[in-house]
Amino acid sequence: MVDEDIKLIGKDGIRRDGRKFDELRPITIEAGVLKRADGSAYLEWGENKVLAAVYGPREMHPRHAQNPSRAVVQARYNMAAFSVPDRKRPGPDRRSVEISKIMSEALEEIIFVEQFPRSSVDVFVEVLEASAGTRCAALTAASVALADAGIPMSDMISSCAAGKIDGQIVLDLGKKEDNFGEADVPLGMVTSSGKITLLQMDGNLTLDEYKKVMELAMNACREIYQIQREALKKRYSTSLEGYEDIEDTEEE
Amino acid sequence: MNEKKETKRELLLPGDLIVDEGVKPGRGTFKRGGKIYAATLGVKTVRSGYVNIAAQSGRYDPKRGDRVIGTVTDVNSSIWMVDLNAPFPAVLHVNDVPWRVEFGDTKRYIDVGDAILVKISNVDELKKIQISMDEEGLRKLNNGQVIEIAPSQVPRVIGRKGSMISMLKNYTDSRIFVGQNGRIWIDGPLEGQYIAVKAIQMIEEKAQVVGLTDAVEQFLKEETGKVLENKREDK
Amino acid sequence: MKELISRITKDYLFRLIKEGKRLDGRDLLEHRKLDINTGWIGTAEGSARVHLGDTDVIVGVKMSIGEPFPDTPDKGVMITSAELIPMASPKYEAGPPREDATELARVVDRGIREGHVIDTTKLCVTKGEKVWLVFLDMHILDFDGNLFDACGIAAMAALMNSEVPAETFDLGDNYKLPIGHVVIPTTFYKIKDQIMLDARLEEEMIADARLTVGTNEKGELVSMQKGLSGVFEYEDTISCIEKSREIGDKIRALLKDKV
Repeated sequence: MVDEDIKLIGKDGIRRDGRKFDELRPITIEAGVLKRADGSAYLEWGENKVLAAVYGPREMHPRHAQNPSRAVVQARYNMAAFSVPDRKRPGPDRRSVEISKIMSEALEEIIFVEQFPRSSVDVFVEVLEASAGTRCAALTAASVALADAGIPMSDMISSCAAGKIDGQIVLDLGKKEDNFGEADVPLGMVTSSGKITLLQMDGNLTLDEYKKVMELAMNACREIYQIQREALKKRYSTSLEGYEDIEDTEEE
Repeated sequence: MNEKKETKRELLLPGDLIVDEGVKPGRGTFKRGGKIYAATLGVKTVRSGYVNIAAQSGRYDPKRGDRVIGTVTDVNSSIWMVDLNAPFPAVLHVNDVPWRVEFGDTKRYIDVGDAILVKISNVDELKKIQISMDEEGLRKLNNGQVIEIAPSQVPRVIGRKGSMISMLKNYTDSRIFVGQNGRIWIDGPLEGQYIAVKAIQMIEEKAQVVGLTDAVEQFLKEETGKVLENKREDK
Repeated sequence: MKELISRITKDYLFRLIKEGKRLDGRDLLEHRKLDINTGWIGTAEGSARVHLGDTDVIVGVKMSIGEPFPDTPDKGVMITSAELIPMASPKYEAGPPREDATELARVVDRGIREGHVIDTTKLCVTKGEKVWLVFLDMHILDFDGNLFDACGIAAMAALMNSEVPAETFDLGDNYKLPIGHVVIPTTFYKIKDQIMLDARLEEEMIADARLTVGTNEKGELVSMQKGLSGVFEYEDTISCIEKSREIGDKIRALLKDKV
């Protein structure tokens, strides 16, 4: 994977896009951006642009897929045809099917699925522009959309990758770094408990390097969690003004 | 542990620790390791020893005794299936309507597409929702219209001690019923209904609650040309 | 999954429309707030996001080199597709495009193709062998009625925003996609003998008939599509066309500002 001609980190320790080894790309999140969905979030992460929508809990279709004792969490990760340099054919491919599966499983961990037998919680993530790290962006946005949809959950999930480029451990690989780097480890973390809900790795790392990668990624997840929090607070801040005035209401 | 403390009226997110002493976990919360946490995005309220999270978003969470407005989605010989904007469809059985319905004669009384005012009579452990129409005031809605708002906005439309809703009714000469599931039935002169709908949209969209009643009254005055003085008790 | 609208609410809508009024207070021939944003997808040759009220769509243009059709050896090729993704509405399901998506893609395609929006003669690299392929992908994000106009306007804006990626294919410098004409669709809905422009979802659900009219900057007709099971009087079509030209001009002026 290493290309001798491409230097990803300069002698001063600065990466090609000007970041330090432990620096995230800029992240902005806006909650509640769609009307039809029960909850939604739009996230920009460097050049990545993703939109997440949640429907449910709702009666699951087809019926035979219902679980009589709990809700089924169905995430669908989809890339728009124009989201990548070479146009992608619309519809699921093996990669997006895999990502959808691990996202569903990661989110199921935090949702109180047992409260909603026979139903589904549907999470749709559309990648509108992709530039490395879309699955982390997708999971982070999905978690905000779920909270926005009022889904009962034990916690939130934040997600970020770290890896190795030019023999150094760095946070949040950019596109070139991902293409020419030596290892990439996307992590999804349950924020308060620090438990791991999504983990993948490809490339080559020693155990020591893995420990460093995880330390960087876990710290970044805590940082991202604050951005998720702020997005939700901003969305609901105004509707809470003067809340006590309407707290004790009775029906007509 | 990254435990977050909350203050009064602060928005809590799923997983936020609730620090109150001596309270029991109520709606929208869960207990883990002897501590109580928020399970949904919302605002904390403490009532009769229980701490609850009043959800600020999401679908209608059915509670026994709630009066709600449903739309009939399916009919068979002994039941009607009813949508309430809840996670699950509700069932209205022929025994729970005020008429004596012969087997197979259901469609003659209530049909698909009908709006009905009903009460939640039971939500069982498997979340099966039973509703009833056999009580005073419950009925099939024959005129007017039904609009939908977020269930979390229902208290704002009703207002303190019902102040908002009575103001709406008085100005628009309409009958209005606010279902706990966020569906609102409005019936009256066409013009009145039209203004009532606009006022309700205004209540839903207006960000701040402070001064909302005044702003809505101003709007109603302008639209209806009516002047109703001292109708409100809370001023 | 079904959309629900109760019978009494339908009746109310009918009564309102009979009096020439609409749910959101608009005039019958007034469209919703139109918001156009172009060029924010870096991976696309051109892009536009359009909000028409609460309807929200994004169109991206991608280009590559391919073979021309045998009957037009010196012309570029346009391929249009639409996805009604399940994000946009509780009634959309994942899977291959349904009839609605296919009709939508074809109506937008027709306006652009027959209206000679893209000057395809300038998209030939080697006659009979290599031409530019223009992929127009429409993504529906939030569905609140009238996708035809939202997508048609977004497609037009995205094309006007596009740059031919010649450098990527070692074919010289990038250049603006050659635009011949600016075609704007406007869609009318007939409900109980009243004709209204730009229906939102509740109105679209009770509409008897639909007519989409695409016009160019000269006021010429370039595409039409009548939909749904109801009918139009001949005179109706004339007034729709006249109104379409007027609104088309306004939107063309807006596009000129935005792109």
